Amino acid sequence: MAELLGITPQALFGQLLVGLINGSFYAILSLGLAIIFGLLNIINFTHGAQYMMGAFIAWIGFYKLGEWVGNPDLVVNYWWSLLLAPLAVGAFGILIEKTLLKRLYHLDHLYGLLLTFGIALICEGLFRTWFGISGLRYDVPAQLTGGQNLGFMFMPNYRAWVVVASLAVCFVTWFVIERTKLGSYLRAGTENPRLLQAFGINVPLMITLTYGYGVALAAFAGVLAAPIFQVNPLMGSNLIIVVFAVVVIGGMGSIAGAIVTGVGLGLIEGVVKSGVIATVIDKATSGSPIVAQAIYPVKLLFQPEASAVIIFVVMVIVLLVRPAGLFGREK
Amino acid sequence: MNVRVNGTLLGIALLLVVGLIAPLLVYPTFMMKVWCFALFACAFNLLLGYTGLLSFGHAAFLSVGGYLAGHACKAWGFTPELGILLGTCAGGAVGYVFGWLAIRRSGIYFAMITLALSQMIYFVWLQAPFTGGEDGLQGVPRGRAFGLIDLDNIYAMYYFVFAVFMAGFLLIYRTIHSPFGQVLKSIRENEPRAISLGYDVDRFKVLAFTLSAALSGTAGATKTLVFQLASLSDAHWHMSGEVVLMTLLGGLGTVFGPVVGALLVITLQNQLPQGVGAWVPVIMGSIFVVCVTAFRRGIVGELQALFRR
Repeated sequence: MAELLGITPQALFGQLLVGLINGSFYAILSLGLAIIFGLLNIINFTHGAQYMMGAFIAWIGFYKLGEWVGNPDLVVNYWWSLLLAPLAVGAFGILIEKTLLKRLYHLDHLYGLLLTFGIALICEGLFRTWFGISGLRYDVPAQLTGGQNLGFMFMPNYRAWVVVASLAVCFVTWFVIERTKLGSYLRAGTENPRLLQAFGINVPLMITLTYGYGVALAAFAGVLAAPIFQVNPLMGSNLIIVVFAVVVIGGMGSIAGAIVTGVGLGLIEGVVKSGVIATVIDKATSGSPIVAQAIYPVKLLFQPEASAVIIFVVMVIVLLVRPAGLFGREK
Repeated sequence: MNVRVNGTLLGIALLLVVGLIAPLLVYPTFMMKVWCFALFACAFNLLLGYTGLLSFGHAAFLSVGGYLAGHACKAWGFTPELGILLGTCAGGAVGYVFGWLAIRRSGIYFAMITLALSQMIYFVWLQAPFTGGEDGLQGVPRGRAFGLIDLDNIYAMYYFVFAVFMAGFLLIYRTIHSPFGQVLKSIRENEPRAISLGYDVDRFKVLAFTLSAALSGTAGATKTLVFQLASLSDAHWHMSGEVVLMTLLGGLGTVFGPVVGALLVITLQNQLPQGVGAWVPVIMGSIFVVCVTAFRRGIVGELQALFRR
């Protein structure tokens, strides 16, 4: 069937896989944003920078740390990074929350956005002055090199691992929030923090830990991304804008909604990038040039080059049809 | 009240004097850049400072004005004032559409939507055939204003730019002191009450957004003529952040704050010695953090509070 569409199945499934991976990252990041927003009422613009820092900590641990401390044998391998980078970035997030963010809770939400934007600029700028802007390579860990031939496509092991790991983390987070006692405190805090505090729950501590966890999720995604994308200081900021659009599309009311929207939009991006829709439109309209002309602007949106904007286009459509977002509630 | 009005008039007079003698004291191109960004920041302030809407995508309008004016002057032989007019209208038109879409959500969502929409514009400029991609639209002629004044003369260009800035500035000043401006302020202070008083709040928001975007287009078009270049960095989200910083540093919701903020930020960017240049984002981020945590009224806002006591 794929042959009929004018592209090879390998190319189509390859792009779908890339879409699935991007979608997993969108899911983890928008999940973190949604949790933080729920309790802190702040949109964490630093999220992209914290994702980038996760990747850099993994890179530094593997290639630089031994050199820096004068002991070349000291190497923090990928698996340790997967644990340590989220902890380090989470601790950094807790520091930010304790020193800066907590001063803003009584103010308009917009100040939180501006503050975290400023922190993102600082982090990005510092990493730029230290490491430049060229991408740095991070090798796939030895256990996950190679791949499987699935018949219709070649599946690199590492990419399969990324999808499985990120969806597992998303699922665990969803389960904790929606199905456990701890999660019920968290949801109660989202609804009415003062009442929860009156019941004897330490809400400020909960807020701090929530921010730390949301940020740690971003760093976890960063470590997962390091071997796929090149590690560079700007890797987070371009991603975070797309994630914002994902959040607008999904609405921040629902954890499961954030995950589903993230993965779904990643797949849509992959489909557009494969060019299959543009080819289908070409085939369908090849009989009548007039229709082809009329539909040309639509086709333009589905060109592979347009995959960078397709999520924004979806956002516009959702805003027109369902302004609160697919899973959002109008307040 | 009387004292305050006089203070504002005094400020405008001071602005005029500074504008007129500045090219004798500092490098005119630098001052032209300041006026372009001051107009951009004033237009942004109309939206954030007076209507309470945080747009994180104003770079889109700056770049729409810049690219279209640049292309019109270069390829279609537009005179500079027509180029600026086109840039203004284009900025306003794109602003109308963005505003119409973005006001469906409020607060933080509004900021995220404008940011995403402006990123879309960024990709359009990256891909469109006439923009020169990463290199930008180069070699835009300055031309002759009204067919008479040769703008290749740097002083002629300077006073032309200053006149554009003053026109935009006075328009904004007039707007915020008009009944329309009062409604905008009431929306900022208490939107539900403005609705209950019978104002069609959405229409006012879209109008304010359109006006702000149109004047940002003016600033972008003028900037393109000054540097004879429309570049991709004008459309980048960093630029949207910069204009927020200028307004915040100078003073949100003050008439002169954005001008002061633009002057400071541009001076900072231009005057830092070689080698320290890479630190600009770090410094700007730090100013953001300081402004938000400790200095929310901005420079002009603090001064006003000082004098009122």
